[in-house]
Amino acid sequence: MANHGLGQYRPLPGVKDEMMTNEGAIRPLWKRLMTRLESLSADDMARDIARADQYLMNSGVFYRQYGDGQSLERPWPLSHIPVLIEEAEWAKLSEGLMQRADLLEKLMADFYGPNDLVQSGRLPTSLIAGNSEWQRPMVGVQPRSGHYLHFIAFELGRGPNGQWWVLSDRTQAPSGAGFALENRVATSRMYADIYSAENVHRLAGFFGGFRDALMALRQDRNGRVAVMTPGPLNETYYEQAYIARYLGVSLVQGEDLAVSGGQLMMRTVSGLRPVEVLWRRLDSNYADPLELDHKSRIGTPGMVSALRAGSLTMVNALGSGLLETRALMAFLPSLAKDLLGERLAIPNIATWWCGDAAARQAVLNAPGRMVLNPALASGLPFDPATPHVNAGNMPPEELARLLAELGPTLVAQEAVTLSTTPTLIDGAIVPRPMALRVFLARTPMGWQVMPGGYARIGATPDPAAIAMQRGGSAADVWVVSPRKVSDVTLVAPASQPLRRAEPGALPSRSAENLFWLGRYVERSEGVLRLLRAYNIRLAETGNAESPLLRALTPLFEWHGIDPSKGIPNGLLVNLDAAIGSAGRVRDRFSPDAWSALTDLDKTARRMATRVTPGDDAARALSKLLRKLAGISGLMHENMYRFMGWRFMTIGRLHERATGMAQTLSILTQPDAPDGLLDLAIEVGDSTLTHRRRFTVTTSRETVLDLLALDPLNPRSIRHQIDQLREQVDRLPAANTQGDLSPLARAVLRIYADLAVSEPRDLTPERLTDLRNRIASLSTNLSEAYLQ
Amino acid sequence: MIRYGLTLKITYKFDRPSGAGRQLLRVRPQSIPGVQLVNSCRLTTQPKAIELRSFTDFFGTTVDEVVLPAGLDDLVIEMRAEVIRRGKEAAAADLSTHRDQLAVDLAALHDLGPQSPHHFLFPTEQIPPVPAIAAYAAKAVEGTQTVRQAVQALGEALHNDLSFDAKATTVDTPIIESFEKRHGVCQDFSQIMISGLRSLGIPAAYVSGFLRTLPPPGKPRLQGADAMHAWVRAWCGVEQGWIEYDPTNSCFVTTDHVVIGYGRDYADAAPVTGMLRINGTQRTGHSVDIIEL
Repeated sequence: MANHGLGQYRPLPGVKDEMMTNEGAIRPLWKRLMTRLESLSADDMARDIARADQYLMNSGVFYRQYGDGQSLERPWPLSHIPVLIEEAEWAKLSEGLMQRADLLEKLMADFYGPNDLVQSGRLPTSLIAGNSEWQRPMVGVQPRSGHYLHFIAFELGRGPNGQWWVLSDRTQAPSGAGFALENRVATSRMYADIYSAENVHRLAGFFGGFRDALMALRQDRNGRVAVMTPGPLNETYYEQAYIARYLGVSLVQGEDLAVSGGQLMMRTVSGLRPVEVLWRRLDSNYADPLELDHKSRIGTPGMVSALRAGSLTMVNALGSGLLETRALMAFLPSLAKDLLGERLAIPNIATWWCGDAAARQAVLNAPGRMVLNPALASGLPFDPATPHVNAGNMPPEELARLLAELGPTLVAQEAVTLSTTPTLIDGAIVPRPMALRVFLARTPMGWQVMPGGYARIGATPDPAAIAMQRGGSAADVWVVSPRKVSDVTLVAPASQPLRRAEPGALPSRSAENLFWLGRYVERSEGVLRLLRAYNIRLAETGNAESPLLRALTPLFEWHGIDPSKGIPNGLLVNLDAAIGSAGRVRDRFSPDAWSALTDLDKTARRMATRVTPGDDAARALSKLLRKLAGISGLMHENMYRFMGWRFMTIGRLHERATGMAQTLSILTQPDAPDGLLDLAIEVGDSTLTHRRRFTVTTSRETVLDLLALDPLNPRSIRHQIDQLREQVDRLPAANTQGDLSPLARAVLRIYADLAVSEPRDLTPERLTDLRNRIASLSTNLSEAYLQ
Repeated sequence: MIRYGLTLKITYKFDRPSGAGRQLLRVRPQSIPGVQLVNSCRLTTQPKAIELRSFTDFFGTTVDEVVLPAGLDDLVIEMRAEVIRRGKEAAAADLSTHRDQLAVDLAALHDLGPQSPHHFLFPTEQIPPVPAIAAYAAKAVEGTQTVRQAVQALGEALHNDLSFDAKATTVDTPIIESFEKRHGVCQDFSQIMISGLRSLGIPAAYVSGFLRTLPPPGKPRLQGADAMHAWVRAWCGVEQGWIEYDPTNSCFVTTDHVVIGYGRDYADAAPVTGMLRINGTQRTGHSVDIIEL
């Protein structure tokens, strides 16, 4: 029973531990979990951990880490032991947080309404007037829903005496709820047996309730709900895409939206469609370059105008970040009494705004317990990006001078000691500081609290190490009931029968990225085949200057590829472009295909450093081709056959048709050297078919028949055009009572042309012309659907 | 009291047909009780806008929200107004607070309304704190007692030390650059002065407006005429309230100045906000006519 150091586990001096009493006894709530953990052999524990991590990796859960001028995708740092909290305690916490949420709603209504709190002297003017989160254009704009706040979070810590404290109010656009879901899935896989035995409150009901609440905020049944993201480079983009997918709503960026006639609209492949409810995951400043931050490139001009017109509900109202101002915490206890007539059920950490003489004296009296921050700071406590000093470390005269000079710009907060919770570090169970993040969503029945899901765990006993950018991790939180819990708790189960939701209109930007994804993946395959054919022949002759290989030069140039390298850079550029496009449509892209694609890219990059031209390259390229075939399969077979899939498929067909026309125009020149026609068939992956269909030797005519005109060969130009016709006809407005769209007409012309052509008609000039005509289809497509 | 007929014409020529999109215009004169009364005001665009509506922004300026059709070669925005402007007794007694007392006046004022001085004390994107300007301002106001004296002293110093140069700067030139090179247009003069006043703890706002073209007989011609103009508004304590000073012409504002609106910096009061301002492939010009009726 001493496999993982539980025997040596002791609470840190003066710190409350969640799992163990100060006397060293495991709390009853934790008994089953800890006994199970301790009884595991090292191998079994490694296997369980691997199971959880494998899940996260397969799902592609990541966050973005910044540093050294780079930003890197990091695997999600799951802490492998959940935090356990009793249901009764959680219920008390929830009640207190709902009270705080109501108070914050009242503050919003005042800051963006009459400003009585400042006018009556209950709040210092500078906290609002000097605050960049006070969005003046929003003053006087009534929220359509009647509420400013709809989805918020609180960061909580527990002090040595067991009391919970609010460390921070997260009202701007809190992240983490989606990660909580992933924490839960991964953790419940690791503890499958205990999880089902332990009566842990489920999370799904909370999300279902919030989704229904968002839908209920629409006034028109055709109005849309969307999640707005700052874009793929955001730290938590993965989560935003995940939430949108989970809730079944569109993920949009600023450029996907436009305001027309006072209404927010989404640009879709079917034209502009109204959006009525927007859950923003970007800070208010960036939402509208016209009326907020003029430099924003990720907002939508006119957003504020749509809000003024009352045609849009924003979750949360623009300007809600103001409530995160740290100095406000100094005033919340008295404001609660004033505005609610109640004491705060859960206090926030003791805070002093140093513009007040009594507050400055309090700091001077006990500097050792005080941390000084900018009064208007809004970051999380322990956020390495927020400047802070420990007042106790300053010479008293200097502290006095600082407070006298800059008092109103400073806030002092009591240094907190966080409770610890067990976590696994290098196979040993050790105590580490913990902060809870609790999410609240407004529903027609009032605030709902997500029952658990998310705790931040420090990497070292120092509370500052809790920040993920500093190596902190995240744990699942289990709210444990003494009774059996239903699978969906807190929120009444949906009573309506299952309806298959109408697929929403596809945003134009998603369509564009899917189209290019289809093209880049196909182009990569074309390049791989060509390079492999080249390297096989190079291995046979050892002569890169042979007439056969030199005949390929124009084709390589067209692709932007230098074949003298085993794995040329041009190939890697293509793969990067594919990953870039896929990364921008993570909400619509199969997670399996995503990890396969990034794996392919990594393999190719590794190979690029050591693979030499010739046989070595030919083998490496074959391996890459096999991986790519797997990806194509995942992309095209596992995607729901609706609009998104259609654009990706059109991209693939378009690229394959252009590529083949270009290949044939160069490789079927009348004076082509021996073996070039065979190479063309090989690049077209049609060697076997050619052998079966034509008993004669390879000739220009047989090659052109098979690779250009044969409708049954899935590599031929004709086949691509047939398929393109089918897909294009199903695009919006392709055929309005017999009136064809310009795109449909252009495809039909190419089709007719090919259908009546004979192999001998296809001179290199005609093939080039054909290539140009196919290439220009993308202009038609873009004009009709992608703008 | 003077009655003005005012015409503003902004023209754009685009090298390529332009998708001009959504713009915000802050070009209409504003009615200010006791100072300025707008009898009539009309704004038109050629070609006609797809959408045109107006609202009042936080600081009380009328904003026209315009959506223009795509594919423009030319665009003309025209504003015609009739305004009655009353002289403010610029030379009247100095009722402003003693400089040392200003902070006390401010602390006693709990107000976040549009006229509150509290909005105009803090740094903004375009008017950040610049130590060189702060040092310059401190020197310029040495020996002054009241806030009004300090405003005048700083304004006159800037007028003497900076040269007016219509070609030297653009709307995006940082104030530190125009200050170091000691040149600029009314916008630079004003923003530098605002930065200096704020460094002294004096709330200062940016004023956008028009300046009368024709000088009265016997008076020198004012620089910055034939264009839209900008100047400074400074808060001088509870009793005096706001005064307006034009550093480009080193004078307190008179009946020659017509106010469009106030802001913390140029961005708050810019005549045109939107793609038209940043689109590179265009030529733009504007003309202002003010005639006494």
